[in-house]
Amino acid sequence: MSEKLDWMVARARAGKMSRREFIGRTTAMGVSAALASALFTKAAMAEPKKGGTIRVGLAGGESTNTLDPALAASVVPQVGNAQWGEQLVDMNPDGTIDFRIGEEVSSSPDSKVWTFKIRQGVTFSDGKPVTAEDVMATFKRHTDENAQSGALGIVKGITDMKAEGDKLTLTLDAPSADLPYLLTDYHLIIQPGGGYDNPNAGIGAGPYILETFEPGVRYVLQKNPNHWDPNMGHADTVEILSINDNTARTAALQSGQVHMMNRIDPKIAQLLAGAPGVEVRRAVGRGHYVFIMHVDKAPFDNNDLRTALKLAVKRDEMVEKVLGGLGSVGNDFPINAAYPLFDDTIPQRTYDAAAAKAAYDKSGHDGSPIILRTAPGAFPGAVDAANLFAASAKEAGIPLQIQLEPDDGYWTNVWNVQPFCASYWGGRPTQDQMYSTAYLSTAEWNDTKFKNAKFDELLMKARAELDDTKRKADYSEMAYIVRDEGGLILPMFNEFVAGIRAAEIGGWIDDPNAEMMNYRAPSKCWLV
Amino acid sequence: MHPILKLLVQRIALGLLLLLAVSAVIFLGVEALPGDTAQAILGQSATPQALENLRAQMGLDQPALTRYFSWLGGVMTGDLGKALTNGVDIAQAIGQRLGNTLFLAGCAAAIAVPLALILGAVAARYAGRWPDKVISAVTLTTISLPEFVAAYFVIYLLTIVFPVFQPVAIVFPGMSFWAKLQAVALPVIVLVMVVLAHMMRMTRAAILNVMQSAYIETAELKGLSPMTIIWKHAFPNAIAPVISVVAINLAYLVVGVVVVEVVFSYNALGQYLVDHVTKRDLPVVQAVGLIFATVYIGLNIIADVTAIIANPRLRHPK
Repeated sequence: MSEKLDWMVARARAGKMSRREFIGRTTAMGVSAALASALFTKAAMAEPKKGGTIRVGLAGGESTNTLDPALAASVVPQVGNAQWGEQLVDMNPDGTIDFRIGEEVSSSPDSKVWTFKIRQGVTFSDGKPVTAEDVMATFKRHTDENAQSGALGIVKGITDMKAEGDKLTLTLDAPSADLPYLLTDYHLIIQPGGGYDNPNAGIGAGPYILETFEPGVRYVLQKNPNHWDPNMGHADTVEILSINDNTARTAALQSGQVHMMNRIDPKIAQLLAGAPGVEVRRAVGRGHYVFIMHVDKAPFDNNDLRTALKLAVKRDEMVEKVLGGLGSVGNDFPINAAYPLFDDTIPQRTYDAAAAKAAYDKSGHDGSPIILRTAPGAFPGAVDAANLFAASAKEAGIPLQIQLEPDDGYWTNVWNVQPFCASYWGGRPTQDQMYSTAYLSTAEWNDTKFKNAKFDELLMKARAELDDTKRKADYSEMAYIVRDEGGLILPMFNEFVAGIRAAEIGGWIDDPNAEMMNYRAPSKCWLV
Repeated sequence: MHPILKLLVQRIALGLLLLLAVSAVIFLGVEALPGDTAQAILGQSATPQALENLRAQMGLDQPALTRYFSWLGGVMTGDLGKALTNGVDIAQAIGQRLGNTLFLAGCAAAIAVPLALILGAVAARYAGRWPDKVISAVTLTTISLPEFVAAYFVIYLLTIVFPVFQPVAIVFPGMSFWAKLQAVALPVIVLVMVVLAHMMRMTRAAILNVMQSAYIETAELKGLSPMTIIWKHAFPNAIAPVISVVAINLAYLVVGVVVVEVVFSYNALGQYLVDHVTKRDLPVVQAVGLIFATVYIGLNIIADVTAIIANPRLRHPK
C-alpha cells in the first residue's frame, strides 16, 4: 500500500493529481481524510529542485554495449537510453499507461486496429520535430530481423502501419487488448527516421541529451532545455557510472561518490539500511527465479515426478536465505500480484514431504539421481537455492543431485538444452505477454517445452477479450494449468533493491516495472 | 656489428615470431571455447534464425582459417578491425584504455620500485635484525593477501572509515592530472602492496649474496659506512637479478591486474579484455592479447639486455 501511496504523493507533487482525486483515492485505501489532506499539502509543497549533477552507480554494464536501443540487454544501457530517449508509451508505477510521444490511443471494437495520436511540438535533440513517420520507422526497424531487436517478438504481430498527420495507425495480425502495454517495451525508443541511418546516434527526445558515452564505463548527459514534460529532467547533468563490483558500488554510495545504486546484495541489505545517509528501497517486481524442467524429456515427462519436485521445495526458507527476505514466494506459475487481473485465490503450494514422497513413488522413477544444473550466474544465489532444494528434496526421499556448471556459456550450453536447470525471468507488463513469451506451444522461448492445447486456446481467447471479468477467469484457469501440469518450479519472485542517499535525493518512488524506477530514476528524481 | 646490437636484433626478431605464435594460440583458444559471439550476444534470447542472421552479419559463417588469415592480413597493414559486438573501432578503443593501463602501472611502479630497492637495501643492511624482520613480515603479509581482499580492505579503510579517497577509479579525458592521481590512489596502493615483496626480497637476497665477497670486506676494512658499501659497491654488482624481477613485476602491472581493475571499475585494458572474452569477440581478444604479449616480450628483452650491459663479463665476451 505504501508504494501506491508514494506514487500518489509523487503524482500530486508533479501536479498530475488534483486535491479531490488525491483525497478520494487515498481515503479509499484507508487513509483518514485529515491525514490525506495534510499529505496532499505536503506533497504539493515539496517542489522538485532544479540543477546539480545526479550521479548513478549501476551494475550491469559491459564494454561491449552500444547506443542502439534495439540491442539494449543490461541495466546500464537500459537506464542510459531512458535518459536520452523517449517512447511512444511507458508504464506508470500503478500499472497504467503513461502517455509519452503518444498522447492518446483508441482501438477498433475488435482491438485489432489501434490509433495513436502523436504529441505535437516535441523535438529530437538534433532539433527536428518528432513525427508519426519517425515512430512508424522506429517500429519498422524493430520488425526487421537484421536489427536484432530484443523487441522483435513484440512488434512482429503488427502487419500494417500507417502514418497520417499526427495519427499513427497500427493493424495487428490478431486481436490484442494489450497492445499499448506491449509498446512500453524499453527497446522501442523513438529515433529520427527510425534510426535506420545510424542506430547508434544516441539522438532522441528524452529529458536529457547525450554528451559522452564510453561503453562499459560511463554516460554523461545534459538537460534537454526543450523537453516537453516539466516533471522529468530536474538535475542539469546526469552521470551514469558502470560499477559492476558489489563492494565498490556499495562503498561508492556510502562515501557519496554516487547518489543512487542498483542491486544491493540481499546479504548486506539489512546492514546497509543502518548506514548513515543511506536508504534501501525495495520494489516488488514481476521478475522471478526458476528451476525449469523440459516436460518432453525423461524423467520430467512424468507429471507425478514434476509434482513431487514442486512439493519438495521449501519456498519460505529460500526467500529468507537466498533473497535475504527481499522477495516473495512463488506458486509455480509466472504471475504475481504485480500483474493486472491476478487471481489471488489460487492456493499457495507449500513444502509437503509426505505428499512429495507419495507423488514420487507414484511416478515409478527408478531411483537414479535427478540432475539439476545450476551456475552462480543463473540468478543471484542460484547455487545456494539449488542446494537448499536438494536438501529439502532429500528429506522427502527424492534423489535430487546438483551439477555445478560454469557461468561462461551457461545460456548456450545448459539453458534450453539440458532438461533441468536453474534460470530466471524478468517480468512482462501483462499476463498475456508473459505467457506468450514462454508458455505458448509455439513460443520461441518456451524453455519448459510446455505444449497444452487448452492453454493455447485460453490464451488466444483472453487476448481478444475486452471484458476484464471474463479475462481474469481465463487467466486464472491458465495459471492452474501451468501450476499443476507445467515444467516450471517457481519458488520465488525477487525484488528490485536499490540504494539512495536519502538526504540528497528527492522524488524516489518504488516502481515495480523495472529496476531504478523503471530506468527513469535519474530524470524523475532531483537533488534536494 | 657490436655484439649487443646483434643480440638486440636477434631478440627482437625472435619476439616478433613469438607474437605470431601467440596470435595463433589465442585464436585457437577462443575458438575452442564453447559457444560463439552470436550465441554470447543473444544469450537467453537466441533463436536459430536470429543466430544465423547474426553469424552471417559478423562473418562468423566463414571457416576459421579464412577468418584468422584475414585478421592477420589486417594487422600486418595496421588495421585491427572493429569489435564484433558493438562495431567500435578497436584501435581507437584500445588507445585510450592502453593509456589508462600504462598510467596505473606507471604510478604503481613509480612508488613500488624505488620503495622495494630502498627497503631491500635496508633489510640487507640489518639482515637478521628487527628492521629486516619487520620489513619482511609486512611485505610478505601484503603479497599473501589475494588482490581483491586487499582491495576491499583499502576500500573499507580509506573510503568508509577514513573517507579520504573514492572507491570508483573511473578516469576520463578532460580530468586534470591531479584528479586522475586521486582517482587511481586506491588501486595504486593495492598494486604496490602486491608487487613490493617480490622485488624487495630479490634486492635483499642479491645484496646479501654479494656482501660475502672479499672486496666488500676490503671496503669494510677501509672504514666505509655500511649503507655506502651497499649502494656503491654491493648494489651495482647485484643489479642483474633485481632487474629481471623488476621487469617481471612491471609486466604484471600492465597485463595482470584485471582483478584490481574490475574491483575499482578502472576503465583499462584488463576489464575490456574480460568483457570481450565473455562475448567471444575474437578481434578484440586478439588485439589485446597481442598488446599484452608485446609488453611481456618487450620488457623481457629490455631486462636481458640491461642485465648484460650491467655485467662487464657479459658486456665484453672473449
